[in-house]
Amino acid sequence: MLCESCNEREATVHLTQVADGAVKKVHLCEECAAKSGFDIHGPLSIQDILLGMGQSSSDAAAGPERSCPKCHFRRADFKKTGRLGCPDCYETFAAELLPLIKAMHRSDQHMGKVPSREGTAVRLSTEIAALQKALDQAIASENYEEAARLRDQIQGARSRAAGPEKKEST
Amino acid sequence: MTVDDLLKQPGAWLAAGKDTGTVVSSRLRLARNLKNRAFPGWAGEDECERIWKDLQPVLGQLRSMTPSFALSMGEIDLLDKQVLFERHLMSREQAEKGKGSGLVAAVDESMSIMVNEEDHMRLQVMRPGLDLDRTWKAIDAMDNEIEQHVSYAFSPRFGFLTACPSNVGTGMRASVMLHVPGLVLANEINPIVKGVSKIGLAVRGLWGEGTEAVGNMFQISNQISLGEKEETTIANLTQVVLEIVEHEKNARARMMERKEAMLCDHVGRAYGILAHAHILTSKEALDLLSGLRLGIDLGILKKMNRRVVDELLLVTQPAHLQKSEGKKLKAKDRDQARASLVREKLKEAEKGEPGSS
Ligand SMILES: [Zn+2]
Ligand SMILES: [Zn+2]
Repeated sequence: MLCESCNEREATVHLTQVADGAVKKVHLCEECAAKSGFDIHGPLSIQDILLGMGQSSSDAAAGPERSCPKCHFRRADFKKTGRLGCPDCYETFAAELLPLIKAMHRSDQHMGKVPSREGTAVRLSTEIAALQKALDQAIASENYEEAARLRDQIQGARSRAAGPEKKEST
Repeated sequence: MTVDDLLKQPGAWLAAGKDTGTVVSSRLRLARNLKNRAFPGWAGEDECERIWKDLQPVLGQLRSMTPSFALSMGEIDLLDKQVLFERHLMSREQAEKGKGSGLVAAVDESMSIMVNEEDHMRLQVMRPGLDLDRTWKAIDAMDNEIEQHVSYAFSPRFGFLTACPSNVGTGMRASVMLHVPGLVLANEINPIVKGVSKIGLAVRGLWGEGTEAVGNMFQISNQISLGEKEETTIANLTQVVLEIVEHEKNARARMMERKEAMLCDHVGRAYGILAHAHILTSKEALDLLSGLRLGIDLGILKKMNRRVVDELLLVTQPAHLQKSEGKKLKAKDRDQARASLVREKLKEAEKGEPGSS
C-alpha cells in the first residue's frame, strides 16, 4: 500500500482517526507521518488516534464548552492530553467517546471481570453480553449445535437476572 | 527494604534458575481506578498525595503480596527510580514522577503496584517463562483483595474506567517477552511481526526505540481490552506465542542443518568480543549477549549457562552499572565499566561458578 500523502513510499504507519463521529483509517509512510507530527516510535499514542476529534463541524453550534460536573474537565483538555479527568468523564463525554472506543477495541461492551461490589445484576448482564457474542460467532461459523447450547445458557442467565434475588453463584 | 537491597537479588523475570528459553517471561498488568477521584494526571499533586497516603497502607498489607515494601517517588532519587524501571518493577513514566506517586512491591519482585502513574493503580505480576494462566490467578487474587478495601471506578458498559480510553474494559495488558535470535538471523521476523499486528496484538522491541529490537528481544501484548474476557485474551496470546516459539525452533534447526558454521561463528564472535572488549555500549552488549544466549541454547557454548547471561542482561543496564560502581558515570565511563563487569562475570562462569550471586 502506498502512502496517502506522497503516493511514493510504502505506507507503514496506519492510524485511525475519529472525525465527526466517523472512523477513518489513514495510511502514511514514516517520513510523511513524522512530518505531520506523529511519534512513529513508541507505541501508538491516543493523540494520534484522536487527531480528528473535536474538529466536528457542529462545534460552533454546540454552544458553550461542556465540562465534567465532577472534575471540570473540558473536551479541549482531552485533545491536549489524550487522557480523561475522572471516571465520570466517561458519562459526560459519552457521545464523543463511544465511536472512539469502538474504533480502538472493535467493541463497546465489557465482557470481563466485574467487581464484586457491583452486585449480581451487573455480573449477569455482562455474562449475557459475552454469551451473546459467542452465539453470534457460532451462528456466523454455522456451528448450530454450539449456538443452541449458548441460546439455552443465555435464557438461563436472563431468567436468573429477572428472577428474585438469589444467592450469588460462584 | 531499599533499592540497594534489591540489587543483591536477581530480578523476577530471570529469577530462580527456571529454564527460560525462547520465552523469557510473562507479565500481566491491570489498570484500576478509584470511584469519585480524579485520575492522577488531572488530580493535581495534593490530591495525588492524598490518594497515595490512602492507598499505601492498604496495598502494603495485602495478604496476596507479602512481604512487601513501599517507596514514595518523592523520596527516592532518580538513579533508584531508574533501577526500579530496569528491573521491570515500574514503568519509565513512573520513574519521572515525584511526590504523590509511589510503588508497592513484593520483596521477591514478582508482584508490584504502581500508584498514581497514569491510573490510580497499575497492578503487575510477572513470572519467568510462558505462564500466563498462573500469572492471571495471582493478579486476579490480588485484585479481589484490593477490592475488599476500595471501590473501583467501573461501568457495566465500559468495564473498568481508566484515564486513557484505550485501556477500558478489563484494564488488562498481557505481555510475553520473547528471545528470537533464530527468526532474526533467518530474516523471518518481519512477516511474523506483521501477521501478529493484524490480529490485534502489538509487537515491539523490548529495548531500543520503536520497532528496532535490540538483543533480539521482543515483547508481544494484547491491544484490545474491551469486549473480551480476560481468559480469552490470555488464551489467544498464549496460542500465538506458542506458534512463534515453534517458528523460532524451526528457524534454529534449519540453520543448524544448513549453516552450522555461520551460527557457530556468530556465537563465537559474540563470546570473543564480550570476553575481551574494554568498551561496550549498551546496545552492543545486548546484541552480543543475545548471541551468547543462542549459543547456550544450541549447545555450542557448553561451559556457559543461561543464568549468567540473563544476570548480565540486567546488571549491565545504565542505572545498575552506576549503582554497582557507587557513583554517577558518563556514558563513556559506563561503557568501560560495562565491559569490565562482563569480562569478570564471564571469567567466573568459565571457572564453573555459575550465577555467582
Ligand atoms: Zn509519504
Ligand atoms: Zn470528570
